Amino acid sequence: MYSVGLYIATAVLLVVSFAANRKKTVSAIRKAWKSFERILPELMAIMLFVGLLIALLDPETISSLLGESSGLSGLLIASIVGSITLIPGFVAFPTAAMLLNSGAGITQIALFISTLMMVGVVTFPVERKYFGTRLTLTRNSMAFAFSFLVAGIMGLVLK
Amino acid sequence: MKKLASSRYLFPLIVAAVVAVFLLLDNQIGLKALTITGSSFLEMLSVIPPIFILLGLLDVWIPREKIIKHLGEESGLKGIILSFTLGAAAAGPLYGAFPIAAVFMKKGVKFSNVLIFIGAWSTTKIPMFMFEMASLGIGFALLRLAINIPGILIMALILEHITGRELKQIIYEQATKLSE
Repeated sequence: MYSVGLYIATAVLLVVSFAANRKKTVSAIRKAWKSFERILPELMAIMLFVGLLIALLDPETISSLLGESSGLSGLLIASIVGSITLIPGFVAFPTAAMLLNSGAGITQIALFISTLMMVGVVTFPVERKYFGTRLTLTRNSMAFAFSFLVAGIMGLVLK
Repeated sequence: MKKLASSRYLFPLIVAAVVAVFLLLDNQIGLKALTITGSSFLEMLSVIPPIFILLGLLDVWIPREKIIKHLGEESGLKGIILSFTLGAAAAGPLYGAFPIAAVFMKKGVKFSNVLIFIGAWSTTKIPMFMFEMASLGIGFALLRLAINIPGILIMALILEHITGRELKQIIYEQATKLSE
């Protein structure tokens, strides 16, 4: 739905732009393609790699590892898996709900979701291209630490 | 040129070869891996192409002065709110935000606003929020949002503060080069 709207809005703007100035529009499309192609090889590798990684992890093992009483090891696993993988939201949220139902703890799941969204280990090469190694490292470490805070609060409140 | 391009694609080709090996050795795992890759690919396709075209249009049509006025050094609270809204209205994986951030920097957006935009994009996307509510409940989604909003702001300010002026300048120059 959102995506259809986005495509339509883009098409309309593109037509308006083309009517107003052909040359500018062609240059805009060229820029769009160049920026896309710049990250394309990394994207392809990331998508293939994450697909394989998730296929190798099986859901029952994960929920037993992430149980309410799994303590520090459960938290570590949740944060590491969340940081490394890159799962689309429409897959991640239902998966998280499924893990919760099969016995995973709320703190662990909150940690998984938060690191999944804020920390990007596999996207590191892409982020580094734009922000440099130092800032990328700092941003990701901060987001990693912050995710523990988020999960801690959520675990306390939602228990 | 051609050689350079093919070497950039060497890494994805290696990963593809590994997936192919799994497909041959264990059909089930291989197929599952491809299905998940397929869903990531669909997610990418559902938002990334229009986002990049909008980005190209923004680059050629919206003058630097205008962007500076709304999001630049002097944009204050309005700039913060606008950066937040832009990030939250977005969709798609975080890597889609980086090229946009590069164009923002090229156009003179304040560094903390760029970081707020990225933070908002990473965790407070409105379309995803709906989905989160449906899967994990209103309490979970709202609480996460409530903690993340101040968190993103604070982290953006700290990151801006610890990134020295020199490094910031290097990043802005690099971003300008990347979005030519």
